[in-house]
Amino acid sequence: MTVPSASSLATPELILAGSALILLIWGAFRGRADAAFIVASIVALLAAAVAAATGPLGRAFSGGLIVDQGSVFAKVFIYLACAAAIPLGDRWFARRDAAKFEYPVLVIIAGLGMGMMASAGDLISLYISIELQSLALYILAAFLRDDAKASEAALKYFVLGALSSGLLLYGASLVYGFAGSTHFNVIAAAVRGHSNIGVLAGLVFLMCGFGFKVSAAPFHMWTPDVYEGATAPVVGFFAGAPKLAAMVLLARLLSQGFGTSVRDWSQILVAMALLSVGIGAFGGLVQNNVKRLWAYSSIATIGYAIVGLAAGGVIGIQSMLMYMVLFLVDVTGFFACLAGLTRNGKPLETMDDFAGLMRERPATTMCMTLFALSALGLPPLGEFWGKFYVFRAAWSGPPGLGLVAVAALVGSVVAAFFYLRLVKAMWLDASPGPTDTPAIESRAIAYVMALIAFPIVLFALGALDTWTRVAATALAHG
Amino acid sequence: MTIGLMHYLGVAAILFTIGVLGIFVNRKNVIVILMSVELILLAVNINLVSFSVFLHDVVGQIYALFVLTVAAAEAAVGLAILVTFFRTRGDIAVDDASVMRG
Repeated sequence: MTVPSASSLATPELILAGSALILLIWGAFRGRADAAFIVASIVALLAAAVAAATGPLGRAFSGGLIVDQGSVFAKVFIYLACAAAIPLGDRWFARRDAAKFEYPVLVIIAGLGMGMMASAGDLISLYISIELQSLALYILAAFLRDDAKASEAALKYFVLGALSSGLLLYGASLVYGFAGSTHFNVIAAAVRGHSNIGVLAGLVFLMCGFGFKVSAAPFHMWTPDVYEGATAPVVGFFAGAPKLAAMVLLARLLSQGFGTSVRDWSQILVAMALLSVGIGAFGGLVQNNVKRLWAYSSIATIGYAIVGLAAGGVIGIQSMLMYMVLFLVDVTGFFACLAGLTRNGKPLETMDDFAGLMRERPATTMCMTLFALSALGLPPLGEFWGKFYVFRAAWSGPPGLGLVAVAALVGSVVAAFFYLRLVKAMWLDASPGPTDTPAIESRAIAYVMALIAFPIVLFALGALDTWTRVAATALAHG
Repeated sequence: MTIGLMHYLGVAAILFTIGVLGIFVNRKNVIVILMSVELILLAVNINLVSFSVFLHDVVGQIYALFVLTVAAAEAAVGLAILVTFFRTRGDIAVDDASVMRG
């Protein structure tokens, strides 16, 4: 068997980087994004997804880029989510006379960064990929330049994102210094047996940095403000795919780099998971803004995914992957609905805005109800299966984690209140007035995601189970 | 007294702490926050370069070069966002960033 070359392993990345540069020049000459431009950017992302799914597996760039089943799994979903974000966001901005050709280019660059995160094999590629993704997302958050809320949200996102990158980097420098290498597998060999206090401090800083990136409590404080302020299609984009990428990278770092010192980090994960579920559930109760509510919902979701990660091993990582992918479907669909709904040209935001939506927009309301009930964990909808896998992993995991799973279950019962409040407002309350017809692309994406969340997930569950297990095995054992 | 690795790490830790405090304690000006972020990255670079020297391993210095490059890009993006914020608000005081609370 021949060893695949570095360029063949990095084909998806090369496609995205090349097309981002070409599109940037094309856009600079044309000055605006026409239909062909949008189609070309979507085709580039789909081509990268196909290249990722069919490409060879191996390691390249002295282990800096790892292409295995785990990274392939993450990349396919990340690129598809990016491809969905392009028409959604571009049309949304076009309706507000704010469409610019940079939007698809930035989404592609963010997708490139996220794909590299899923493949990162040493601390340098870890940092570069996270920053590539984050810098593109900061700009996307500020994309509606004349909007006071959007620019404030972007500023908060930038400041806390830069702080989290700083924490992460400080941790990476300590791990490099005390373990003697930036490669995950060499770090694992260096920390075997004895935990060096320097490496431990570095690991704690790294995990704090990741906590910010995935908005796990106690590093969640930016999430509600940024979700409220940034525009709906952009929030739908950065609430889903970047978190999947960051969780895959965290899983790879912990199991391949620190797999020999599980006791050092599993307690940190358990604490973060419990806090996230608690704050997500109780924080959501008092929210009146639906985007803020969804921010707390996503904090709780990350909590469950971290429970899966804390369970460790193949079964734990598998449950995390399963949950994050089903969450990605839900969040993309929900924000596609939000991006489409307006009343007299103004986006619907508060609970009162959504009152009586069932009589106005039955199909969209059905989709939103489905996503809310799925996020609540009602069987047999999408995210229920994520929760099911997480609880199964927690029960068979280390002793004591079963109790954590029970506490998380109590949290999801509390969280049921605010999902049901939204559903009640939409179905039973009196409507404040007629809404505008939702745009075709947001309806299309919402319907597709709703169909995936139920019933397609039931038929795909077997295949998804096999695929996540293979991916988790690759992530766990390297 | 010879200057050892721990002295460099001490300086970096102090700079890092000043940077983090600068972000949280500062209530006046957003530019100061950007300076604090640069301070954090500087602390990391001191760490990386001193580890690189003491481990006789060049990877730390390569890492530091990447950090420098990304820091420049980060400052550019940060200042651009700050300009849009200033345009909509007419001020860059930290306390003004409070339309959303919860």
